[in-house]
Amino acid sequence: MKILVCIKQVPDSAQIRVHPVTNTIMRQGVPTIINPYDLFSLEEALRLRDKFGGEVTVLTMGPPMAAESLRKALAIGTDRAVLLTDRFFAGSDTLATTYALAQAIRKIEQTFGKQDIVFTGKQTIDGDTAQVGPGIAKRLGLLQLTYVSKLVECDPDKGEVVVERRAEGGVQVLKTAMPCLITMIEGSNEVRRGAFNDALRAARAEIVTWSAKDAEIQDLSKCGLKGSPTIVKKVFAPQPRSEKAAFVEPGKTAGDSAEALIVSIFARHPALEADMTKLASGL
Amino acid sequence: MSPTPPPATRASAKKELPEHFRDYKHVWVFVELERGDVHPVSWELLGEGRKLADKLGVELGAVVLGGPGDATKEAAAEAFCYGADVAYLVEHPVLADYRNESYAKAMTQLVNAHKPEILLLGATTLGRDLAGSVATTLLTGLTADCTELAVDADGSLAATRPTFGGSLLCTIYTLNYRPQMATMRPRVMPMPERVADRVGRVVTFTPDLNEDEIITKLLRFIPDRDSNKSNLAFADVVVAGGMGLQSAENFQLVKNLASVLGAEFGCSRPVVQKGWVTSDRQIGQTGKTIRPKLYIAAGISGAIQHRVGVEGADCIVAINTDKNAPIFDFAHIGIATDAIRLLPALTEAFRARLSPHQRDRLAG
Ligand SMILES: Cc1cc2nc3c(=O)[nH]c(=O)nc-3n(C[C@H](O)[C@H](O)[C@H](O)COP(=O)(O)OP(=O)(O)OC[C@H]3O[C@@H](n4cnc5c(N)ncnc54)[C@H](O)[C@@H]3O)c2cc1C
Ligand SMILES: Nc1ncnc2c1ncn2[C@@H]1O[C@H](COP(=O)(O)O)[C@@H](O)[C@H]1O
Repeated sequence: MKILVCIKQVPDSAQIRVHPVTNTIMRQGVPTIINPYDLFSLEEALRLRDKFGGEVTVLTMGPPMAAESLRKALAIGTDRAVLLTDRFFAGSDTLATTYALAQAIRKIEQTFGKQDIVFTGKQTIDGDTAQVGPGIAKRLGLLQLTYVSKLVECDPDKGEVVVERRAEGGVQVLKTAMPCLITMIEGSNEVRRGAFNDALRAARAEIVTWSAKDAEIQDLSKCGLKGSPTIVKKVFAPQPRSEKAAFVEPGKTAGDSAEALIVSIFARHPALEADMTKLASGL
Repeated sequence: MSPTPPPATRASAKKELPEHFRDYKHVWVFVELERGDVHPVSWELLGEGRKLADKLGVELGAVVLGGPGDATKEAAAEAFCYGADVAYLVEHPVLADYRNESYAKAMTQLVNAHKPEILLLGATTLGRDLAGSVATTLLTGLTADCTELAVDADGSLAATRPTFGGSLLCTIYTLNYRPQMATMRPRVMPMPERVADRVGRVVTFTPDLNEDEIITKLLRFIPDRDSNKSNLAFADVVVAGGMGLQSAENFQLVKNLASVLGAEFGCSRPVVQKGWVTSDRQIGQTGKTIRPKLYIAAGISGAIQHRVGVEGADCIVAINTDKNAPIFDFAHIGIATDAIRLLPALTEAFRARLSPHQRDRLAG
């Protein structure tokens, strides 16, 4: 099987701080990581390869330093890595991103063969839109399976897959045909640690690096800022609440503190007491 | 002397809307009907959509896709009660269950036929799955996971959403393309009032669909067995615990208090990562958004990603040993003390205060 996985290098948002005075993001020194959700998709791809043979290619679009993430992916066992990098892609929104990635996937298929499954992450932690997967699927005419919690069956000979997909009130069991695009949800598998050999290989591996021209992306008006229908007009910090919490002084015992707290809650929201009495008695 | 031109602002990025988009009018809300039930976010969106439509002076349309039958028609009728002027009723056997292929086709056909200027969907697994396909087919902009919608002075949709893990907000426009699409997080907006006798116009639409052409088949649907139990997003009272509880055993104290209050319990993300609690209980940006009347947070620091999920609560009570913890910046009532000691006492004190005996005494 040939499987392609789209990954994105993202700033580790747990470590992003907003400058208290200027309200701008302080990016300095914020480490970058592979988007955590992409790892569940990558793991699933590697498992399929281990089972059926074939190869897994990872693809990312980003600045040259995104090669670091590709190397990390190689180090856990990916066979090939492709970096799509060009200043024409700067400022891409999801529509422009899916245009460039879909073109690059076409080029990958020309160069390295037809892909049976394309995986993307459920969503990124910086863009957080969960749209790039569906966008790629639409552009390439792939059947789309998002929020997959389990790959139940995969039959490369028949070209069929059966998955469990998380819906709002339950789980859909869906059967579809390859080629298809799948996004896995978190916790659907345990991401492997790379083998020592893979780490060695990754350090030396060549990363296929393509500009827009290399990937035969002709229509540059569909890329970057130009190709993005959405415009970010304003970025701002959430409005801080003007008043701090009213503090209840802890009492001598925990019991005293509890009493004081309850008095304070009901003093502030008198209607709550009746509501909560009902709720507590299961009415 | 010629008047000085207004200073160039970023808004001057606005070009003229291309001719072929000029006849795109009205605000649409996609009514998410799955297995006979409408997802409440659809009604929340109709409430928001109503405000946008009034400001623009246009109609509010509700889009109902489903299999032929009562549930689909009832959903359309219900949409009027929540503010829709028109219901676009799209009934077809192929639409009986949600599948991306058939829904994306029907939705795109409907948009091309009736041309809305704004199209809103819930940011649910269904809404996000559908919106991305529709927007890419229509080659228009889509702003995902919004927490606020408005129309600005020149009638453009201003969609605000968290970015960078919730540390910042950004406002996004789709100026030169139509429809302007957005998905909205459930529970961020209040439920609008239901007006029982409100009616509207039904427009039926027959999509060009054929089951033979739809490759994906639904083999089975496994309903969440405990879905009526874990009702976190809609609970009136929620008690949650964070890393301050220090162990899975201590987390039981949170469950005990919740149980005495008849409340739901929840937690911060690291608690899920530690495996103390299952992920359906996580509150925050990558978990559930809640809007309870009372939210009690024990041993939770109040990181921005947690905060965005709880800000809609009427009363937030925080218990944290560190009086400088960020949670006290947005809690209404705080107590700087050890939650592990306070929780059992609080459970007992609430039990006594809320007991039926106590209630009789209050009544008498
Ligand atoms: C992309 C992304 C998404 C995220 N999404 C979410 C999300 O959806 N929900 C979420 O919650 N987090 C989310 N997080 C994580 C978030 O940034 C915080 O790390 C997390 O909320 C912290 O959890 P906590 O408050 O339980 O733990 P900590 O930050 O460790 O805080 C523990 C608190 O307990 C207090 N404490 C210690 N001992 C006691 C005691 N005995 N009694 C009382 N208080 C005590 C401490 O003073 C401290 O304030 C996300 C992070 C990222 C990067
Ligand atoms: N620049 C990119 N390069 C490669 N893959 C991407 C890129 N942006 C998004 N993706 C993929 O699309 C998924 C969804 O991203 P998003 O729509 O931004 O939430 C991610 O998890 C990645 O798998």
